[in-house]
Amino acid sequence: MSAQGQKPPGAEAGPPAALDDGFGGFLVLAVVGVLAHEPWRWLGLVIGVRIDPDGALFRWVRAVSNALVAALVARLLFFPVGVLAETSMALRLGALVLGVAAFYVGGRSLAVGVLVGCGGLLAGLFAGL
Amino acid sequence: MRRAPASGPIVARLRWGAAPEPPSGVIMEPNVSPPAWTKDADGWTSYFRGLAVAADVPGWILFATALGFGALAQELGFTIWHTLFISGFVYALPAQVVLIDQLARGAALAAVAFVVSVTAIRLLPATVTLVPLFKDPTRPRWMAIAAVHFCAVTAWLEGLRRLPDIPVHLRMPHFLGIGFGMLLQTFFGSLVGYMLAAALPPTISAALLFMTPIYFLLSLVANARAIEDKLAVPLGFGLGPLFYLVVPGFDLLAAGLLAGTLAFFWPKVRR
Repeated sequence: MSAQGQKPPGAEAGPPAALDDGFGGFLVLAVVGVLAHEPWRWLGLVIGVRIDPDGALFRWVRAVSNALVAALVARLLFFPVGVLAETSMALRLGALVLGVAAFYVGGRSLAVGVLVGCGGLLAGLFAGL
Repeated sequence: MRRAPASGPIVARLRWGAAPEPPSGVIMEPNVSPPAWTKDADGWTSYFRGLAVAADVPGWILFATALGFGALAQELGFTIWHTLFISGFVYALPAQVVLIDQLARGAALAAVAFVVSVTAIRLLPATVTLVPLFKDPTRPRWMAIAAVHFCAVTAWLEGLRRLPDIPVHLRMPHFLGIGFGMLLQTFFGSLVGYMLAAALPPTISAALLFMTPIYFLLSLVANARAIEDKLAVPLGFGLGPLFYLVVPGFDLLAAGLLAGTLAFFWPKVRR
């Protein structure tokens, strides 16, 4: 079932070094993924209504978190991996702008924005851009 | 899509256990009419109605973006089992993408955990606004723990939107249904995306990979209400690549901290 060994030539990154052996790999994921992530949900459950989600601290945390994800978006766009790395920067940026424009024109619909953006990228690729 | 109500007033009005009146008094807007199916419905009916919510438009958007995650994981050399494990147990796409991106670039494990954790902090206020809606002391504790696992953007938005109209005793199973349905969408989206990435022509794979950044950007824009949330998006977008060139490995954290802090203080300084 594993698709390893069928990686397209564009993918330069090998299997992540930290995930070598079977059980150990899941253990690493459980620690750096789940254990790093899930407690924030538990904390949300525990403190429930006792904190002010509109307080200064949480507004700052939310802004940092938004900026972090926006930085991730920029990196996926400017320094992509795999086959996306073989597309031109101008095409990726153009498709992104198209998707964002469609999002606003289409009544702030995520579906419209995502579909038009990806459609724009496809159309550009088929047009040989 | 109806806008999520501001969290402050709800929280004030839904303080657990503070109100001695029967649970039905918790319904926020007394004039809303509950959906017709809630009449005489039991917990299981409510659960399956919740599952059906995941088969609606937001669930399919989630499926489509999970395709992008699956394709990315395949490109980065993850096994299908690691990919599915992350989808099911992390279950928040930004954290999933950060996790596999950082692992694939060989970042130190402590740094990976830290960055994943930082993206999860956003779930704390989300959980806090949602928990009062489905809180039900008559249900076992594990249900609440399972329910908060489903607190990721899509299920959270649908919960905020739908739970207030549902009778209180049906809310917990309903949200468990919504959340589990959305988890299935993510899970199968990742699986299909992983398979397709290896099988499809590179053009189509490129479009799949492109889904993740565009969906993240648009959902950031769509969900930002406060001014600092909106400012943080272009600032992070602009600073991210610069930090990637200067301090790769710490770029997300550095860009997030600097851009988020700037966005937070900027409106205050200008005033």
